[in-house]
Amino acid sequence: MRERPLTRNIRPGRPPPDLAATLRVGGYQAARRALTRMDPAAVIAEVAASGLRGRGGAGFPTGRKWSLLPKAEDRRPRVLVVNADEMEPGTFKDRLLLEGDPHQIIEGALISAFAIGAGTATIFLRAEYTLAAQALAAAIAEAEAGGWLGRDILGSGFSLELRLHVSAGRYICGEETALLSSLEGRRAIPRAKPPYPAASGLWGDPTVVNNVETIANVPHIVANGAEWFRGLARGADGGTKIYGASGRVKRPGAWELPMGTTIREIVEDHAGGMRAGYRLRGLLPGGASTDFLLAEHLDVAMDFASVEKAGSRLGTGTMIILDDRTCPVAMVHNLERFFARESCGWCTPCRDGLPWVERILAAIEAGDGQPDDLALLAWHTQALGPGRTFCAHAPGAMEPLQSGLKHFRADFERHIAEGGCPWK
Amino acid sequence: MALNADELAEISRLARREPQPHGAAIEALRAVQRRRGWISDETLGEVAQVLGMTADELDSVATFYNLIFRRPVGRHVVLVCDSVSCWIMGCDELRGGLETRLGIAPGQTTPDGRFTLLPIVCLGACDHAPALMIDGDLHGDLDPAKLDRLLEDYR
Repeated sequence: MRERPLTRNIRPGRPPPDLAATLRVGGYQAARRALTRMDPAAVIAEVAASGLRGRGGAGFPTGRKWSLLPKAEDRRPRVLVVNADEMEPGTFKDRLLLEGDPHQIIEGALISAFAIGAGTATIFLRAEYTLAAQALAAAIAEAEAGGWLGRDILGSGFSLELRLHVSAGRYICGEETALLSSLEGRRAIPRAKPPYPAASGLWGDPTVVNNVETIANVPHIVANGAEWFRGLARGADGGTKIYGASGRVKRPGAWELPMGTTIREIVEDHAGGMRAGYRLRGLLPGGASTDFLLAEHLDVAMDFASVEKAGSRLGTGTMIILDDRTCPVAMVHNLERFFARESCGWCTPCRDGLPWVERILAAIEAGDGQPDDLALLAWHTQALGPGRTFCAHAPGAMEPLQSGLKHFRADFERHIAEGGCPWK
Repeated sequence: MALNADELAEISRLARREPQPHGAAIEALRAVQRRRGWISDETLGEVAQVLGMTADELDSVATFYNLIFRRPVGRHVVLVCDSVSCWIMGCDELRGGLETRLGIAPGQTTPDGRFTLLPIVCLGACDHAPALMIDGDLHGDLDPAKLDRLLEDYR
């Protein structure tokens, strides 16, 4: 049977396993192994060897991220932050893990904190994940009472205080330095990089920020080894991935599958294909801030390198399907309205450029498009692109726009020529 | 209405956990809003004082976050997802149905103070689109026809 380590204890619709149930199925045994039989450097080496890459969207190698912390002579306390601010439109994978198996996240945080020498860890959770907040709070209390958090865990000399921070909204909090600003009680404005959080993060201390799904993988790597983890995947990237599909497919959902599963298998086998009367026209492979792919890309493997080669990004791995009865111009407008609304307002290109893009798209959709609007939109994909803004928010917003203009050019032109939306 | 002893104790407890008291700004605002529904100017000023901030400093934080309410809201806050998956699956029709039934537009509160209607970014329920959230309860697989029964549960 296919191995699915991350979701093996998850029964959707049922309460998550409590501590006793978790321990019965081998939970916290990886933490025991790490804390009592390994040193932190060995844990980092194992995670590095596993090929684990960040599951939040950027795909940075986790072992390398952990190695960027200052040397031991630096006496500042270290901090781990678990990024549970899942807010990328179309993405619903971390919610599954948080609600379904909170002890897995706590164990992952415990081992990761041990590896980087952090005495405090914080789970940064978006406000709307109310079930996850309850599940995590209960699990943290159980872990504290059971001696899996707190002082001198398992007599190892390692102590960890794990806190749950429930946020108050805004997509930009998911950007790791904006998240740190928010944790300090400020507006969630991204920070200049460098210094990176590893050098100066929360309150100026060395900090590692990892996504929920990334953290969830750590106990399994420690328990079963890097080689086993690499063997789970079909391609060069190790492990499984929680993929998802939404839109007009028969069975929208999220599934833990080998990393490198093709788009076709996800859409056709797991999501059941398109609903009757609908054809797949395109898709965003990994959330709102990834480039459109087309039906011709269905056999692309959903791993970092393959999706990039096809012209997009793996992102969060949860795909949004565009069907042939939905207007692509209106879809791009919906995406850009989201990005415009969620700009933090700190840098001018993003704060002023995104609303401009949004209004041009609204005009085209409403039938007021002008012939030179497409050139203006294309200009924005450059002016708001990588390197032109303070953080990755606006460049991410430009990905579906630039690929939408490329792949659905005729639809844009028809809106302008006919003075309206042909789908209405 | 001034902060009561419980609220002051809670804010102080949150502030003490932080290297600097203002680090608790968001959690303190959330704690007070849980009891009062929203953050009035008077409340804001008092929270700021406990955290060693000016009211303007705290307001710059409060107004950044869409789930800190600086205006009164109804007894129930309805957050309607309008991000891409819900949009494909008909969130405009769902929101339209809510506007008709409640007689208000997004950002408004019904005259009887029962409901406030607000847009929200992706609720992470894309497999059950279109979705909305009322008072922290997630509801998915909706269409306008299901609204009457749903709203009945929130008096």
